[in-house]
Amino acid sequence: MPVLKNIKAIGHRSVDAVWRLGYATRFFLMTLVYSGASFRRFSLTVREMFFTGVMSLIIILVAGTFVGMVLGLQGYETLKRYGSESALGSLVALSLVRELGPVLAALLFASRAGSAMTAEIGLMKATEQIDAMEIMAVNPIARVVAPRFWAGVISMPLLAALFSALGVFGGYVVGVVLIGVDEGSFWSQMQAAVDFQHDIMNGVLKSVVFGVAVTAISLFEGYDAPPTAEGVSGATTRTVVESSLAILILDFILTAFMFRGS
Amino acid sequence: MERTTLDLWVGAFVVAGIAALVILAMKVGNLSTYNVSDTYQLDAYFTNVGGLKPKASIKSAGVLVGRVTGISLDTNRYEAKVTMSIDQRYQFPKDTFASILTSGLLGEQYIGLSPGGDDKMLKNGDELKHTQSAMVLENMIGRFLYDKAAAGSNSK
Repeated sequence: MPVLKNIKAIGHRSVDAVWRLGYATRFFLMTLVYSGASFRRFSLTVREMFFTGVMSLIIILVAGTFVGMVLGLQGYETLKRYGSESALGSLVALSLVRELGPVLAALLFASRAGSAMTAEIGLMKATEQIDAMEIMAVNPIARVVAPRFWAGVISMPLLAALFSALGVFGGYVVGVVLIGVDEGSFWSQMQAAVDFQHDIMNGVLKSVVFGVAVTAISLFEGYDAPPTAEGVSGATTRTVVESSLAILILDFILTAFMFRGS
Repeated sequence: MERTTLDLWVGAFVVAGIAALVILAMKVGNLSTYNVSDTYQLDAYFTNVGGLKPKASIKSAGVLVGRVTGISLDTNRYEAKVTMSIDQRYQFPKDTFASILTSGLLGEQYIGLSPGGDDKMLKNGDELKHTQSAMVLENMIGRFLYDKAAAGSNSK
């Protein structure tokens, strides 16, 4: 009976998905409960910030500059049709601060640092380092998982701010230096359009949410990976796919709450 | 616990991130122009506010003197009530005239204040009695067409 078999398989998968979700939730709560050590021994967190934050700097800075330059170029071409090239500054700054900065920085962070975190923890598990810690009465969540989590959550808004700042610089280089949009109106229109609380702080809030989502997904996938070479590689792929989807979906929800009706 | 080169890198990263935030706030955002001086509140009633939004600027002779803090519909009069906060440094006479203007052809709407000649000054919570509503483009075109039609029928 192939039909019955299929139905059975669907049911099995659904139960498995719910089971996994529950395990992930418990894992996330355990991370929060055992995060005391990552602040008491802050050097653990600082070490992880080096690997997640500092090592992602180059890709974030280069990507931010080029995204800003593209925005400047495309924005200029479109605004030129309406004779409002002077609004280029506000276009570049608003798109970066509200959306592109947090979202693209988080996507790059997920593929640069998130995948590395998953692979590292997955391999630690495969080589039984996690089990060894438990035998030595060291809590692996407090020692391995929580510092990485907080390092990611702290790094993410800083990376997003750097991305936006470099993006504005890139837009300035293309718009003002290369094309020749008036410098005064570029900055003054930008300052008139961008509100500190409404735009910049909401962008920072977004990047904190993305930081929590990306690091939680990466750490869980690593911790839950089957202890084989195949399992670790599958978990790494799942990290990138799931975090990217989570970022984009969360971004829609957050935008709907933050910027509606304004 | 010793200091390591790793700490230096992380420290530089944190400093750069915070610096980027400060640059965003000061150079890109409007934090540097935030009004920290004292303000006083004024109300004005308009029959139509058009596209006026909260935080729109209030100008007198082209100089920024305050911001719109709230717009609501007064159901006693069925008129829009606009609350404004004006910089304490600028005092206006009682018969000041408030009108909703547009900067440029398609620009943002703002409130322009033209001072009258009264000796008494407006105080906190006072109401501006003389107002002029926003120009609605559809009404203007309608009136223009109507005038044209009237002129055409008169000349016959």
